[in-house]
Amino acid sequence: MSARRPSATERTASRRIVAAFGVSAAGAVGFAVTYGLGGNTAREGICLAVAFAGLAVGLAVWARRLVPVDRYVEEHEGFTSPPTEQAMTAAVLTAPDSPVRRRGLLAALGLALTALGAAALFPLRSLLPFDRARPVRALKDTPWGAGVRLVDADGRPLRPDDVPADTVVAVFPEGNVDVGDAPAFAVRLEPQRFSRPPAGGHLDGLVVWSLLCTHAGCPVRSYLKGTGQLLCPCHQSSFDLLAGARPVAGPAARALPGLPIEVGPDGFLRATGDFTAPPGAGFWDSP
Amino acid sequence: MITDRLARALDDRLRLSPLTRRALAKIFPDHWSFMLGELALYSFVALLLTGVYLTFFFDASNGDRVYRGDYAPLDGATTSAAYASTVRLSWDVRAGLLIRQTHHWAALVFVAAIVLHLARIFFTGAFRKPRELNWLIGVTMLTLALANGFTGYSLPDDLLSGVGLRILTSVVESIPLVGAWLAALALGGEFPSDAMIPRMFVAHVLLVPAVLVALISLHLGILVRQKHSQFPGPGRTEHNVVGSRLWPSYALRSLALFAWVLAVLFALGGLVQINPVWLYGPFEPAEATSPAQPDWYVAWGDGALRLFPPWEFRIAGHLVPGPLFPGVVLGGVTFLALYAWPFAERLRAKDRSAHHLLDRPRDHPVRLGVGVGALTFYAVLTVAAGDDIIARLVRVPVYDLLSLFRVLVLVLPLLAGLLAFLVARALRRGDAAGIGELTRADLRRAAHRSIRPPGADSGESETPARDRSGERIEMWPEGDLWRWRYRDADRHLVITGSRAVLSEEEAASAARVAYPGVDRVVVPGPPPAPPPGPVRAALRGWGRAAAAGSLLLAALLNRRRDRRRQERERAEPAAPPETADKASTGGGRT
Ligand code: HEM
Ligand code: FES
Repeated sequence: MSARRPSATERTASRRIVAAFGVSAAGAVGFAVTYGLGGNTAREGICLAVAFAGLAVGLAVWARRLVPVDRYVEEHEGFTSPPTEQAMTAAVLTAPDSPVRRRGLLAALGLALTALGAAALFPLRSLLPFDRARPVRALKDTPWGAGVRLVDADGRPLRPDDVPADTVVAVFPEGNVDVGDAPAFAVRLEPQRFSRPPAGGHLDGLVVWSLLCTHAGCPVRSYLKGTGQLLCPCHQSSFDLLAGARPVAGPAARALPGLPIEVGPDGFLRATGDFTAPPGAGFWDSP
Repeated sequence: MITDRLARALDDRLRLSPLTRRALAKIFPDHWSFMLGELALYSFVALLLTGVYLTFFFDASNGDRVYRGDYAPLDGATTSAAYASTVRLSWDVRAGLLIRQTHHWAALVFVAAIVLHLARIFFTGAFRKPRELNWLIGVTMLTLALANGFTGYSLPDDLLSGVGLRILTSVVESIPLVGAWLAALALGGEFPSDAMIPRMFVAHVLLVPAVLVALISLHLGILVRQKHSQFPGPGRTEHNVVGSRLWPSYALRSLALFAWVLAVLFALGGLVQINPVWLYGPFEPAEATSPAQPDWYVAWGDGALRLFPPWEFRIAGHLVPGPLFPGVVLGGVTFLALYAWPFAERLRAKDRSAHHLLDRPRDHPVRLGVGVGALTFYAVLTVAAGDDIIARLVRVPVYDLLSLFRVLVLVLPLLAGLLAFLVARALRRGDAAGIGELTRADLRRAAHRSIRPPGADSGESETPARDRSGERIEMWPEGDLWRWRYRDADRHLVITGSRAVLSEEEAASAARVAYPGVDRVVVPGPPPAPPPGPVRAALRGWGRAAAAGSLLLAALLNRRRDRRRQERERAEPAAPPETADKASTGGGRT
């Protein structure tokens, strides 16, 4: 502001600011060198942090020591314009020749714009390609069906012996390993322990259920051996496989849908139909 | 000087001088809490800068791509292009991991800054007329920030985020009638679809950032037009703003803050690993990670999904799925309540006047109670999102913890809100200067006697009309210009007008607006310059802000001595409360 002679404090401050900016420049150079030498995430991060911290310190000291810290005041006029001003503006807007006065024309214009707006919504429908199934249908249907063989994650068809006791094996419909709503699991249980029969039936204790949690669709992958309970890692719903895969704890409210299976003439497991209910999370559907 | 020449050259073409002078003299109140919005702004700038860099390397496609590179476990593996390019970005692009991690950290800081900023606006009543517009814009920006954080998090197509996206899809599908359609239109088919990464990418790097930039501009434009609000204090009225000028002091301080933000973000990005997608593996529909926690700002939704009981029912045979309530309804109610609050409060208080002086949180016990209760509610939900981890750490069965959280989420917010309400009332009525000085008797009194119905007044803390003998406005010529200042001899307070003006009349009218009813005198020559050297008082807040752990705590603890005195003064006159009330809302504005 004024051409005062720098005081001692000001000189110290200036020296500190220069030092801080110097550190900043050093950090920048350090970053460039680190990068040039092949890069290293941690070192690059530190160098950039030093560079910006130097900048920050320099600026902060500058603001604090070299700028006269005075209190200032600015007037605040308020927001309501004087009544005459408001009246004048209103008068301009609603002058006799103003478009606002043509109510009939305005209505017609509104109609046209509404129609345009509504028409503009139509192309949004293309977001879902027309050759795809309608959403609720798509959610209900899965690639499973009568005769579809059960395969593992690598696409190999499974025989009943491929499912050992006390573990769960992820199974998929042959040819559709990557489809979102198809994953299921096979498990071998002792039929005499069933307190409720599995919805899709079983083959001497071999049962197949949908892998997708009926709460929000996560794959329920943690099998608690011995207890026959399956735990969902997302919100900890657990399903009792001995009681028809009904939910016993956590937020899930519906049992896992079962998959009816049989052994085909080739000795491999195959489905005899789709899941007993739509798999995964619920949606607005009627049975 | 170059600056001088440049300024002239521009002014010759655009006539910017009058505008610029006003803009440079804009006043920013000196209070740490005003920095939170800037924090959000600067983290957004960091997101833009790092995000653009990421787009050069990120391959936004669900299509197959073979990863070849330094990360041996995946070398030669075929994954989605999005996943492969993210692993490449992390392992094989020099400085790629630094920028990617900095981008992610910046996102976390961005949302945190917005939430804190919103809380400060809420508790100080800064959303009141005329600033409701900016409140609406702010809440909209919060939703957009959450949305963009979620899409960004989902872009790498890794297992963790893929499961999160599946949960969100399920939540959308739970909406009656239209849910399945909404989800299918958004994804272009059933989850996981081929279109989801490209679509989220367009939303993440173009649509939402563009809207955010537009809204931020609007937000700041309105802020400049309406000027800042300020806390009450000596020399501060509803008709002025007291603080530091944009140029030079605030500009330097704000740039320093920007540099601090970048320094912290790059330090985090370089040193603290975040979202190591190569460890999670690519998304597979039949796989899940455990434990699975989302980024902090969506954790409340995840917590709600965990805690909500298994309730589903059918309407006319149609299923209404469980996630509808904790997912859609809770989210909808949350944001509706946020949008509606300023208007609800105005209706309830029947207060239609404009406010430029802020409340202290205690001035409005109902608002404080509701706010603290709500924050507690969302905090419990957020913690509940980690129930499986907590259960493992403290070796408690997860379902016991779940039951505990189901109780806590209902009880704690009520208790916390009630406590905040009582403390605010006790502070406002009693003569304790701070929480530390509150006695049990104060609290008991606050609980029992309802002297003023809470919320009946708007919590306005204007100083009542007082003897103005010590105050005056001094104006003096400075060359061709005029300056003015406000002096309160009793308080040894001097506040200078923010800018020089061209005439005595102009100075007088500015002073008249800022300090209605204060006498003006013309004094010869400039007053003595303020003593050089550090004057920390005004800046103390900045250092404190860095130390302040949470806005809430700080807002409660941060009291200025002068206000304390005011509070006592107000409590002293033994007038019946009703009259005192009227005086405090009616006085001072005339
Ligand atoms: C509101 C602002 C934004 C937020 C909250 C945000 C958040 C995120 C998050 C959380 C991620 C995941 C990072 C990770 O992989 O760990 C991400 C990724 C990404 N963001 Fe942003 N972002 C924002 C703005 C932008 C902008 C403006 C751009 C570009 C113009 C951008 C480009 C990207 C790209 C390309 C990725 C994927 C990179 C990868 O991780 O492989 N972002 N974003
Ligand atoms: S998705 Fe399984 S419990 Fe929520």
